[in-house]
Amino acid sequence: MSDLIPVLVAKYNYWLYIVLMMIGLYAMIAKNNLIKKLVGMNIFQTSIILFYVSIGCKKGAGIPIIQHGLNTGHHAVDLSQYVNPLPHVLMLTAIVVSVSTFGVALALAIKIYQKYKTLEEDEILARLRPR
Amino acid sequence: MNDHYPALLIIAPLLFAFLVSGMAWIKKGLCYPLAVVGSGLCAWFSVRLLVDVLRNGAVQYRLGGWETPWGIGYQVDTLNAMVLAVVSVLAFINLLATRRSVAAEFPEKEGAFYTLYLLFTVGLVGMVVTGDLFNLYVLLEVASLTSYALIALGGPRAPLASLNYLFIGTIGGCFYLLGVGYLYIMTGSLNMSDVASLLPAIYSSTAVWVAFAFCMVGIGVKMAFFPLHGWLPNAYTCAPSAVSSLIAPLMTKVMVYVMIRLMLSVFSIDFTLSILNLGDAMVWLSILAIVMGASLALAQKNLKRMFCYIIVSEIGYMVGGAWLGNAAGMTGAILHILNDALMTITLFLAAGNIYYRVNGLEFHQLRGLFHRMPLTMACFVTAGLSIIGVPPTCGFFSKWYLITGALQAGEYGFVAGLLFSSLVNVILFFRVIEISYYGDMQQAHGHGSPSEPRTEAPATMLTPLLIVSTGLVIIGMYTGTIVTTLINPVIPAALAR
Amino acid sequence: MKAAGLIIVLLAGTLLLYATQDFPPWGAPDSPASTHVSPRYLQKAMEETAVPNVVTAILADYRGFDTMFETTVIFCAGIGCFVLLRIFRQKPEDRYYRHIATEITLHIKGGKIPEKSREFERIDTLWTPYDLIIKTMCRILVPFIQLFALYVIAHGHHSPGGGFQGGVILGASIILLAISHNMRTAIARISEKVDNLLMAVGVFIYAGIGAVCVILGATFLDYGNLSVVLFADQIMARSHGILGVEIGVGITVMAVMISIYNNLASAGKQDEGL
Repeated sequence: MSDLIPVLVAKYNYWLYIVLMMIGLYAMIAKNNLIKKLVGMNIFQTSIILFYVSIGCKKGAGIPIIQHGLNTGHHAVDLSQYVNPLPHVLMLTAIVVSVSTFGVALALAIKIYQKYKTLEEDEILARLRPR
Repeated sequence: MNDHYPALLIIAPLLFAFLVSGMAWIKKGLCYPLAVVGSGLCAWFSVRLLVDVLRNGAVQYRLGGWETPWGIGYQVDTLNAMVLAVVSVLAFINLLATRRSVAAEFPEKEGAFYTLYLLFTVGLVGMVVTGDLFNLYVLLEVASLTSYALIALGGPRAPLASLNYLFIGTIGGCFYLLGVGYLYIMTGSLNMSDVASLLPAIYSSTAVWVAFAFCMVGIGVKMAFFPLHGWLPNAYTCAPSAVSSLIAPLMTKVMVYVMIRLMLSVFSIDFTLSILNLGDAMVWLSILAIVMGASLALAQKNLKRMFCYIIVSEIGYMVGGAWLGNAAGMTGAILHILNDALMTITLFLAAGNIYYRVNGLEFHQLRGLFHRMPLTMACFVTAGLSIIGVPPTCGFFSKWYLITGALQAGEYGFVAGLLFSSLVNVILFFRVIEISYYGDMQQAHGHGSPSEPRTEAPATMLTPLLIVSTGLVIIGMYTGTIVTTLINPVIPAALAR
Repeated sequence: MKAAGLIIVLLAGTLLLYATQDFPPWGAPDSPASTHVSPRYLQKAMEETAVPNVVTAILADYRGFDTMFETTVIFCAGIGCFVLLRIFRQKPEDRYYRHIATEITLHIKGGKIPEKSREFERIDTLWTPYDLIIKTMCRILVPFIQLFALYVIAHGHHSPGGGFQGGVILGASIILLAISHNMRTAIARISEKVDNLLMAVGVFIYAGIGAVCVILGATFLDYGNLSVVLFADQIMARSHGILGVEIGVGITVMAVMISIYNNLASAGKQDEGL
């Protein structure tokens, strides 16, 4: 048990984000209300974004903007001072994708509400069944 | 200009999509011609790229001029180029065929519809041609988002079906993204060939196995592999006819291509078959998919819904063929991508024509259609024969390769599944043919030959349907050439012959 | 469903957690992610693109192709919301008018719509009384917000920022107008036609810059050859190319944010908002 603690402490960020992902995934599958499902989708996607950003972290490093003074020529760059920039770039894209999906999902929810006057999935299915 | 085909076939429909979107607010009449030009250019460049690859070998293209893995690179070999040509040509044919039904169903929003159409094509084409794992995710989301919006334009139950598809599709896409994330943590790279060169050193780590599992599950969700197929029947049935004949033939087949690309080029074939040893389990899952798809199709009373379950069954063929572990099975799976896309578009275009005239697709509304729409039904029969697997249509040849591969691998369950599915397809199609041929004669009460007016679909809807159904036979006859020039170069030597 | 959800979540979660045992520890500087591809970005970004913000350099230059599709995704969302919700021909509905002097509210049920007049103002169905402080403060703040947004776009080379961030702030300034006044005021500022045209123009600029690069002989989105058109050397041409695409992105994101808000808040009618 005592050798589990260093493992937990060394990677607790991954564990935390995976737990968040699973909370979001559970909400998407198990909740009845469509808006709660949407919130779960948002939690799921946001925790994946946090997961990726934490990949690029380096102990004691700052944001990846090269400090360059006034000249723009060749600079000696100390890599341990700057966080890995690639996950940040990938997650900018993922944030935009998440927002876009959320927008289209809200438009669909509005259309469903206009037709069925409810957002609870079991009520909608009950309305569909006797055809 | 020749070197830039891989980029041009993305630029052309993309720029024209934005032009169509702007033109919808300036001069509406120009939207359709611009869309046709954009889609046609995409098809033209894809075919030229295919010819280029056949002549000169694999093509590499560096976007932004940076060498991989620091930039995004395209790697186009014959598998890519073949699927590219199929996707762009079929999207173009569908655009020509569905002009009238779009004008009838969405008169005010044609501009936005054609914008989404072109962007869906861009998403699919980009997914096929890219060589970067994250780029594939972004293009997957482009294709998915446009398909959610397009499907929701349909009948009364369409928004609910589309929202359900959205939830399940987002889970699939995010699982794929998680898999790519795990690969990135272990290898530090996102480029497909770079990851493939870095993976052999870490094949034994659990993170790579979990990455593979999550990528496959994510793709399986978008591919509608049983039991993850729950979104497909509702989404494709409730969609408007112009949309279902675009999305149904193409989306799931491109996802099968992505699965094969991951299996062959990223996680090499040794890993997927020898180290993971999942071949048997996946084949059994595919048998289940085939049998369940066929059985559920028997229970349907709506033509498009029946087609949707046939698609689920066909996906089972392709996944099983790819996982059989020998060259014949993989050849059958890749050939079936081409063949199934053709067969499905023929079926859905025929359904679109029928809906345009009859305004419904329940079986009882199909009575007597053979006399009223003979050409449409003739194409429907051709597609049905191809799905059953009757030579010389193309469906026979891909089934032949799949059965050969299954016999070589000793998977007799797969052979039994294929034969069961063919028998069920015979029942399905002959049932529809019987209803549409004999239906009216039962009501005629002996008044001589029923002189029904011939209300065949208009020529713009009929000609593309005739083209794709003759394509079924022609592709069937040229199977040998296709296999030797396009498919055999891609099959790795490690697969047992 | 709850049981199925629980099983799926436990299965997926256990697999994911089990796989983390092979990961390098958090923050380790020698992990494969930090040593394989990224060092070149950090070391060469200044001398190849003259942009100190390495995230912007990767976003708009090294992996600019991804960003073009990201902009396409947000464009699709805008078009998607439009095509799903927008209703053009509406039956004349009930309208409420308020006499400003006496504060009497008139409810006009369908039929002919009265013309604009200075004594009667049209109010929303769910209406809150006139609040001078909120309306004046928001109206004063909007140009400063927009100025800040333009700064965020333009200074994205040197500080955190860039096209997406600035575009969202620009969109938020118009949405602020819609929330504090009413939607008709915001639509009077940026009409639906201008908004949709801006959506297309922004992404067209991005893809167009890439196409210009192809015409000038380089590969798609390779800004180096733009030095011919921009009269600068290759490195500064890359920097200006990055600025150009960021401007395109900013325009599209602003227009899409406004369009999605208008369509969602009014459920497609673009008549009354929140």
